[in-house]
Amino acid sequence: MSDTLHRPSAGQIGFVTAVFAALAAYPLVAGSYGLDLVAKIMIFAIFALSLELLVGGTGLVCFGHAAFFGIGAYAAVLLSPGYDAANLLWLLPACVAAAALYALAVGALSLRTKGVYFIMVTLAFAQMAYYVVHDTPLGGGTDGIYLNAKPVIPGVFELQGGVVMYGFAWVALLATFALLAVVSRSRFGRALAGIRVNEQRMRAAGFATYPYKLAAFTLSGAIAGLAGFLYAVKDGYVNPELMSWHLSGSVLIMIILGGLGHLRGALIGAFAYVLLQEFFKSEALFGNFARHWHLGMGLTIIASVALLPRGLVGIPAQLAARLAGRASRRAEATPGLKEPR
Amino acid sequence: MNPTNASPGEVLLRGRGITRRWGGLVAVDDVSLELWRGAVHAVIGTNGAGKSTLINILSGEFPPSAGTVELLGQDITAWSQPRRARAGLGRSYQRNTIFPSFSVLENCRLAAQARTPRPWALWEPAARCRPSNEAAREAAARTGLADVLERPAGLLSHGQKRQLEIAMCLATAPQVLLLDEPLAGMGAEETERMLALLHELKADHAILLVEHDMDAVFRVADRITVMVNGAVIAHGTPEAVRSDAQVQAAYLGGHEGGH
Repeated sequence: MSDTLHRPSAGQIGFVTAVFAALAAYPLVAGSYGLDLVAKIMIFAIFALSLELLVGGTGLVCFGHAAFFGIGAYAAVLLSPGYDAANLLWLLPACVAAAALYALAVGALSLRTKGVYFIMVTLAFAQMAYYVVHDTPLGGGTDGIYLNAKPVIPGVFELQGGVVMYGFAWVALLATFALLAVVSRSRFGRALAGIRVNEQRMRAAGFATYPYKLAAFTLSGAIAGLAGFLYAVKDGYVNPELMSWHLSGSVLIMIILGGLGHLRGALIGAFAYVLLQEFFKSEALFGNFARHWHLGMGLTIIASVALLPRGLVGIPAQLAARLAGRASRRAEATPGLKEPR
Repeated sequence: MNPTNASPGEVLLRGRGITRRWGGLVAVDDVSLELWRGAVHAVIGTNGAGKSTLINILSGEFPPSAGTVELLGQDITAWSQPRRARAGLGRSYQRNTIFPSFSVLENCRLAAQARTPRPWALWEPAARCRPSNEAAREAAARTGLADVLERPAGLLSHGQKRQLEIAMCLATAPQVLLLDEPLAGMGAEETERMLALLHELKADHAILLVEHDMDAVFRVADRITVMVNGAVIAHGTPEAVRSDAQVQAAYLGGHEGGH
């Protein structure tokens, strides 16, 4: 497992570098549709990374993460002054802070529960946020609200248009990935890993685990808010679906699909999820059946969870184990080298 | 040296009138004890006698229904477990509570890190924390794990896992050790090594030992408390406890032929 040697291997560094290089080069060959799609994927990857910090990093299964994403998104629209463009330099921190603040409050209460209760309480708080934007004048109801002017840094750039938005999302993804990679190696990150495996033991060693979990929850909410902000600015539009439990579920599936316990898993999972969705939604491929894309998606996810228990990121290790297993079966005389299932 | 004549050292941990009720059941009934630096204090008793509950109360896993706990002369009854741990109260668990996917060194380092947590120093890798590394290496060396520092803890032998459990406890630099069945499931050779370690550790620690292996207890303990159904029925030196009629009837009698 990655825990033992948390110094990243050359292969891991190579993989991540290659992904970011490919993403940086992509605008050279992409059309506007492709650019928008990959920008969306990168934003979801930031969102997935934020949840990975909680689920894979700390062992806290949050089932209301869309609330923080949605608050970041709604804050971007609601804090922007009418028809004038807001300054990115204060709007972005404000949106992140709004999401972090809600995460701090939700975390402070929900972290007093454990296991399935924690899942339910986080869901409940997300539903509360959902109904605030769905049913009050503040959020504009099911129709949502438009962002009339994209944020700017005066004299530098406007967060408008395919390539600029794409570039900004790329930088944000890189920064998020780097931050979480650094965090996971720090004392804070190792303590979170310890809490994930055995919180009781950590308390016995002298760690006050509640503040650690609350800090992780708040940081995670802040990053989800960043993703929500980017999403709102990219689309220029927000609606209550951004806070729905469907989205909370989708982002959970992304990190499970990619492989829990790895930042790369969240990255891969976001790509796999959105691309699978595009694939099953494609009328060119499936014709009328494309309307039932949920079915294909669901079956694929069931199959991948059954066949790839460690997620997409675990495929190389799984193949290696299988090859080793075959080799050891061939050398029947050697006992004790049984393939772990 | 005859341990029974050893003069009591400084009292590091004191429990007074500790009682724990679960509904109508009294798991621990008015137990008082003192742990001295330089002594191993064993608590023996049948399964369900309340030994583990007592350790859990002393270490702060849950509060007593009545009674007080003092550490280094300070009343810590209301303190949380992490706070007690940082103040010098270390414990090990009956089951293995090691982190199986971490290396031996990292298990110890993580425990040691509780002493220099600096969680805000996000830019500093945990693996480069010098005081934690030093404490971790020393704890591993003391428990005989110096040769397997880089091995994932899950791949250790059972005996080594028990040693690691103690090492993680030592890495937090405690003054008082509460050890819950450290010898459970160990072979003869491993038991010998652990007893030697306990003998060495008691020089600068106060040790509470909950253990089922009676031979080991009578060899290593300076004081013994015998519990039956949550209450103390005898207390004293190994000789006094061994010859106590009540203990013989309740507990030891049936066993002695077997050993």
